[in-house]
Amino acid sequence: MTLRRVVITGMGTVNPLGHDVESTWSAMMNVGSGISKTELFDAGTFPTTFSAQVKNFDLASQVASADRHRHAGRHCRFALGAAVQAWKQSGLDNFAGLDRRNLGIYLGSGEGSIDFENFTSLLVDCWRDGKLDTTLWAQLADQRMDLYREIEQESNMVVAHLAAEFNARGPAYNVLTACAASTQAIGEAAMQIRYGDVDVVLTGGAHSMIHPYGVTGFNRLTALSVRNDAIPTASRPFDMTRDGFVLGEGASILVMEEYELARKRGAKILAEIIGYGASADAFRITDQDPEGAGAAASMRNALADAKLTIHDIDYISAHGTGTKQNDQVETRGVKAVFGDHARNVPVSSVKSMVGHLIAAAGATELITCILAIRDQVLPPTANMNSADPDCDLDYVPNAPRKARVRTCMSNSFGFGGQNNTLIITGG
Amino acid sequence: MADRRVVITGLGVVCSAGVGAEPFWQAMLEGRQCVKGIDLFDAARFPCRIGGQLDDFSARSFVPKDYRKAVKVMARDIEIAVAAADLAFRDAHLETRGTNTDGKSDVTPARLGCNIGAGLICSDLDELGAAVNTAVTDGKFDLRKWGNSGMNNLTPLWLLKYLPNMLSCHVTIIHGAEGPSNTITCGDASGQLTVGEARRLILRGAADVVITGGAESKLNPMGLLRQNMLGRLATAGNEAPASACRPFDASACGTVIGEGGGLVILEELEHAKARGAKIYAEVVGFGASCDPAGIDVLTPTVGGLDLAVTKALADAEIKPDAIDLIVAHGTAVAAEDRLEVQAWRKAMGPAADKAMATALTGATGSLFAGAGAVELALAALAVKTGQVPPTVNFTQAAADCRLNLASKSRTGDIRHAVTGAFGIGGQSGAVVLKRYES
Repeated sequence: MTLRRVVITGMGTVNPLGHDVESTWSAMMNVGSGISKTELFDAGTFPTTFSAQVKNFDLASQVASADRHRHAGRHCRFALGAAVQAWKQSGLDNFAGLDRRNLGIYLGSGEGSIDFENFTSLLVDCWRDGKLDTTLWAQLADQRMDLYREIEQESNMVVAHLAAEFNARGPAYNVLTACAASTQAIGEAAMQIRYGDVDVVLTGGAHSMIHPYGVTGFNRLTALSVRNDAIPTASRPFDMTRDGFVLGEGASILVMEEYELARKRGAKILAEIIGYGASADAFRITDQDPEGAGAAASMRNALADAKLTIHDIDYISAHGTGTKQNDQVETRGVKAVFGDHARNVPVSSVKSMVGHLIAAAGATELITCILAIRDQVLPPTANMNSADPDCDLDYVPNAPRKARVRTCMSNSFGFGGQNNTLIITGG
Repeated sequence: MADRRVVITGLGVVCSAGVGAEPFWQAMLEGRQCVKGIDLFDAARFPCRIGGQLDDFSARSFVPKDYRKAVKVMARDIEIAVAAADLAFRDAHLETRGTNTDGKSDVTPARLGCNIGAGLICSDLDELGAAVNTAVTDGKFDLRKWGNSGMNNLTPLWLLKYLPNMLSCHVTIIHGAEGPSNTITCGDASGQLTVGEARRLILRGAADVVITGGAESKLNPMGLLRQNMLGRLATAGNEAPASACRPFDASACGTVIGEGGGLVILEELEHAKARGAKIYAEVVGFGASCDPAGIDVLTPTVGGLDLAVTKALADAEIKPDAIDLIVAHGTAVAAEDRLEVQAWRKAMGPAADKAMATALTGATGSLFAGAGAVELALAALAVKTGQVPPTVNFTQAAADCRLNLASKSRTGDIRHAVTGAFGIGGQSGAVVLKRYES
């Protein structure tokens, strides 16, 4: 079986730095911050009072058929905007030759935001003698809860909305592997095209956990930064003073297709996916393998898949969350794979500016890799002011850098030890 | 890619019909009705208060001693998956660090993958409610109080109980699976889709063994509420639960919530042969599709099942008349059953009426993300033994349903079997099994 080449011909994003690719990139080149006081709810008494929010996003300004998606949850709206951007850029909106049975969807979308007010008030109103009175719940919940708010929380509903928007009838998947989800989705989507299952795939991810229970969950894990006195600069990957990640939200979607189809229809090829690797730490649900063995295995698998050596990688887009553990482990993992050469390879984390988009993080970061190749410039790691001896690579601190960039590696690691790595090269 | 082949060498099933492949299969062949009144919580005021529940179930007896503490941070969905994994590895006689206390493993950890389908996991409402009710002022929830102190009543690991990838994560940790790991969340289609992806991992050489399937429990006040809002639950049968869920039957009146799931061991053929493994069946075909109509969750769809089946048959390089058994999804929601019958007919033509057919749901209720792997286990056992379980509660075919279903168990020469499923949201997947002949 001949393996087919896989290229990217469209990309779109809605995130805390911008509602499209160019404004996002421009904000990164200016070392901007998408982080501010949380306004989606009153987080004033929470350990973490800030987040990286998407502000003033208007679905109707980007998606002509917005009304059809009136039940869509917050992250699904972001995904629809991002997908329409990507679709337009790919030129597929003006291409009649795509059999919709050959249009697949492979997303890494998170669950939809919970109907917080209704759900929580029910937990209070149905509380009797120290437990939930389920007979009361059966009545009150049925009266108060909204069908769509409930069902749109199923993470495959973003797939359903994209299928409707683009009339997709091909293979359709959602993967939810925590913070690695959209990198995994893109990698698996590439495999679907490479092995001939489908010709075109809408892939990427969407997520919003900026609601009281989302922040509660991460605060209880002590995973979030609590730097409430320096909000815009709270996300400090690889810096000595880092104290956790900054919860973000958004969506990034790519149009991925088989190379010959893209070439024949004259599409502009933005990048080619040449390597994908995955591994599991199989260590602990709460901690990463301290030596970075799982992360290293994922990188090695991707290099082997791409048939490249470490010397072929010009830039690594780090998972770089800004937690004490991740950045140290990731650094160890890079060193385990790249050895003495590790210090020569620039590594940066755009999470320092855009925050951690959880399931949508990987896709957003892959877009920045594509732009790095296009513009021959590396996005910086912002807020690096004090060196951590455990993080001793070249993190492109504080300012973008001109560089020769042909091939990029992008890493994502999820809670529970899910590791995924993509390698792309220019179009 | 050398011609790698993928076989099923182990089955782990956890549902109301049985915990373990053997008891499950006996119950299936007997046509045992496993739906009864829900007593996991007081469901008396729910319109539909019956289900296929797991009684006296805990993952504690399925994990190594030093891992028992971790069961406390497992939602029920996770417990089901963890138990199914232990059962599957043992059934396959494949030792891992989870089943062999000496740390011996029959598979290189980096070559052992784990793909598990999962649903939207519901918080334990008593646990969350206890914390929420510490942050109440004048009878109303007080968000500022919650931020200040209320949230501290939740265990620090609270979030990790409910992440869908934790099914996979616990299984990889217990059994030392360091290969690729994925979590598919596509409703009822999750099982077939996950197995398809797991097979691909082996075919493309990324793993030699993958434990795969799915698990879910919606048997909680939230799951019951949501399915009721969707109007999918049986409208009659609270008085006669055992016969309430009637797939493809003229009197089908809705589905019933079950809980459970299954994990199967997929193994590269040469790897299986080298260790003398018993082989249930070969996985020879897979297809997936979606239906754009899935955006409207109140409009029944079968997620493009016809296309998924067509692709799976093409992938298996067989014609429809080669299929001897259809393991249908049969939700017992009449409109879905009708569309499903049409889909099988569209994909297979008259061969859809000729092949024997059966469906699981009548016995156990809907298993959602857990359904596909149990359906696959059923198909694998049928291929292996030549026995076909009855469709529980099927007595008289619904109008236009010409699937070859039966209320009694049957035997036959089953060379090929196909199973397909679809879920709310509009995704579908189908898997073709072939009898293994050495």
